[in-house]
Order: sequence, then structure tokens, then C-alpha cells
Amino acid sequence: MYVAVKGGERAIRNSHELLAEVRRGDPAVPELSLEQIKQQLKLAVDRVMTEGSLYDPDLAALALKQAAGDAVEAIFLVRAFRATLPRLGYTEPLDTSRMRLWRRVSATFKDLPGGQVLGPTYDYTQRLLDFSLLEPASKAAAPEDERAADAMPRVVDLLDGEGLVERHEPPAGDPDPLDLTREPLRFPAERSVRLQNLARADEGFLLAMGYSTQRGYAHTHPFAGEIRHGAAEVEVIPEELGFPVVIGEVALTECQMVNQFAGSKTEPPQFTRGYGLAFGHCERKSMAMALVDRALRATELGEEVESPAQMQEFVLSHSDSLEASGFVQHLKLPHYVDFQAELELVRKMRRSA
Amino acid sequence: MQTVDNAERARWMGLLARAPLTVLQAWSQSDLARRCGTYVWLRRPETGLMMLRARAGGTGAKFNVGEMTVTRCALRLEETSSVGVAYVQGRSARKCEIAALADAALQVPALREEIERDLLEPLRVRHEAEAARMQRKAQATRVDFLTVARQTAA
Repeated sequence: MYVAVKGGERAIRNSHELLAEVRRGDPAVPELSLEQIKQQLKLAVDRVMTEGSLYDPDLAALALKQAAGDAVEAIFLVRAFRATLPRLGYTEPLDTSRMRLWRRVSATFKDLPGGQVLGPTYDYTQRLLDFSLLEPASKAAAPEDERAADAMPRVVDLLDGEGLVERHEPPAGDPDPLDLTREPLRFPAERSVRLQNLARADEGFLLAMGYSTQRGYAHTHPFAGEIRHGAAEVEVIPEELGFPVVIGEVALTECQMVNQFAGSKTEPPQFTRGYGLAFGHCERKSMAMALVDRALRATELGEEVESPAQMQEFVLSHSDSLEASGFVQHLKLPHYVDFQAELELVRKMRRSA
Repeated sequence: MQTVDNAERARWMGLLARAPLTVLQAWSQSDLARRCGTYVWLRRPETGLMMLRARAGGTGAKFNVGEMTVTRCALRLEETSSVGVAYVQGRSARKCEIAALADAALQVPALREEIERDLLEPLRVRHEAEAARMQRKAQATRVDFLTVARQTAA
């Protein structure tokens, strides 16, 4: 028989001490500063902000340091922290057409106003380990080009004239979206709710889901219409002022997927769209998000729902790393009583067999 | 009370909100900042969250992208009763306080011109220089397809 026992307090306390020691590593090696993490592990910081659903590079860097670089653990820490802060309000919708762009590429049009601006990208690197990084060295500043940048309108807006790409306009009355930090997820979920869920969804999960649509589990024939990365101004209307003021800037990555569409009973043949938006420079995430967003519009566009990526309940219920990691990892917590009961049951079944 | 155009006020509040803390702190030690006088809190600095909104496809229905940290406060200059408000990204109470102080003082005609000159103008120049530097670097990575075409034709 199993008898409940108390204990483990000392073991847990010492485990915390050991964790701190292991996290710090060899004390002879200089300790990481938050500034180093923010500057030199920037993409990890961006991922923690995106999936932690909190734009604050300092907190994301702190979380990464505390979690010893474990992104999912750091995301958990950031989400837990945000729950301790009061909500001061909502911002005005970000205007991504007015971003200051550091990168903008389109896979659908070679020559487009503003051109293809590669920015800082791993796309054309050789993926060979760079052993010169073994030794610290000061790098020369990147080249600058004095040519004035042309305006860079959204690629999807360029085709709008012909009506070949669906338009996205605010619905009548421009209603405020439901907020998943306030309300539970309910099905069927409208697109604004799905986008909030996808925006903080685990990158690995979305990547696999997006990949599945390319391999034939949901035929969406995507093109990367445009990817833009840069900084957007954040505007709020403070209650005591009543007019919009800029309170800061956030770095964003936006992806507009353009998908071939044969048309339906109500829609003529045209290109439909999927949308991805992430904090910082999370390009893989925003592309995967756009693929999944489009796949999840199956019902709206009159497509057969056959594949996991098209199924709202499947995608939206399993996309959150906090929930997924929590439920998977809870298995390692004591289940002594549950297991004892099942053990008894199996013994009984054996005896009566 | 003096009246200030909302657009003007939004302009300087935007500059102050994006100013580095070090620049604001240096200004707060200046004679000019001291001449703003003492102030009372209407709302002490408070850090919280604002939910960032965007639009589906950039132009469609609004959706919630995620939150950001924001600090806000409000104060009143004792001498002139001018009220300053600040909403700034991040968690710095000090930055928020100095931004609100400058906002209050900028509404005082006797102080405005000097603050414009000593604080706002350098902030604007700094902000634009940084934006321009990033733009020049981005521009250097712009693909010039014409060059490629000429080389293959030769």
C-alpha cells in the first residue's frame, strides 16, 4: 500500500542552489550581461518577446539568462511576469505600411517600388561554421549607400488595382477584437482571435503546421508576396489627453503570403492571403504563421477541411508552448497514487483472468 | 492657462518618449530643468501593459498582437499649474518622470523656446540621424538587378 509522506523541501531547496550554480557555470568565466544577451543573442530575445507576448527586450534577455538559454522556459517566465502587471489599455493599430524598413523582399515581383532590400539576413550565407568567430574581433561597420530610399508600398496593395488579390478592409464599424488574455478561446474562433493565438504560438509547432500545408495537407499554393522587417511607431490615445501620441517604437516582421485560389460560389478566381506578424526579427515564425492563417481560412473560402492545419481546434488548442509544455512536463511530477491504483487494477485483472 | 496645440504637444511627447534615458537624465541636471521648479504628482509613475493592436493583412480587421511594457505618470508644476503627462515604452519610472516634467514645462511660454532648443532639437536630430544611418545600411543591401542584366549581356 502507498502511504502519503511529506518531504522534499530540503531536496528542492538544494536543487535550486545547484541549478543556480550550474546556470552560472565556471566562475572564472565572465558572467553574461543582459546587454550582451540583448545585443548578441538578439534573435533569441526576439523569439522570447514574440511568444512571451510581451515586447520588452530587457525582460526577455533576463528571462533567457535565468532559463540558461531555454527559449520555452524563458517564454514561460515572461508570461508569468506579465500576469503581475496592470493593463493600461490598448494601442492604436500598428501601421506596418509606415515602418522604417531594414529589410523588404518579395518573391512575387522582381521589380517593385523601393526594390528588394535584403537587410541583415542569413538567407544568402553559406551555412559554414565561421571559425573566425572563435576569437573576439571588432568588425568593420557595414557599408552605407547614400541613395535616397524610395517609398516601399505594400506589395499586396500594388496588385489591388486589378482586383486579382483579395482586399482586406476593416469590417463594418471596425470592432475591437476579442482578447485572448481576457477571454477563453472558443470555437469557431474568428480570424482576429486566431491571429492573436498564432502570434504567440510556438514557432516549432507553427513551422511544422505550415510545412504540412506545403507538403499537401491543405492545398494552399503559397507565394511569399512580401516580407518586411523594421520599426513601427506605437501610438496610444491617453485617457487624460484624448489625442494620439507616440510612446515608442517596436521592431516587427511582417509576412504577406499570397495564395492561388480557384474561386468559389461567391468569390471569383483570385489570389487570397495569409498574414503573419511577429515582434523583432522572427521571419520563420511570421512566414509559418501566414501559411497557417491562410490554411485556417478554409471554411470561410469554401474549401474542404481535411487536414490538421485547416482545423481550428487542432491548431489553436495545441499552439501554445506554455500549455503544451506544462501538460507534457507535468507527467514527471509525482503520480504515485494514480500509478498505485492502476497497478492494483492490473494485478486484479491478472488474478481474475 | 496657456493653450497648446494638440499636434504640437503630440510631437514633443513622441520625441520625449523615444529619448534615451541618459539624454533625459543629463537634461534633468541642467539649470533649465531646475527652473521648471517643483511639482506635485497627479499620478505617480506606474508601469503596466498596453496591448499592441495590428490589422489582419495590414489593413483589415483589428487583432491583438501582444503586449508591451509602458510607464505613465502625470504631474503639476507648482508655480504655473502646468500639467505634464508622459506615456513611455518600457519600465523606467525616472524616464517617465523627466518626460512628464518636460511636457509640463513646454506648455509654459517662458520656458518653451529654451527647452525646444536644448532638449527637443538635439533629440530630433539624434532620432533622425539614427534612422538615416539604418536606412543607408539597408539601402546598401538593395538588389540592383540592372547591373546583373548588363553583365550577362556583355
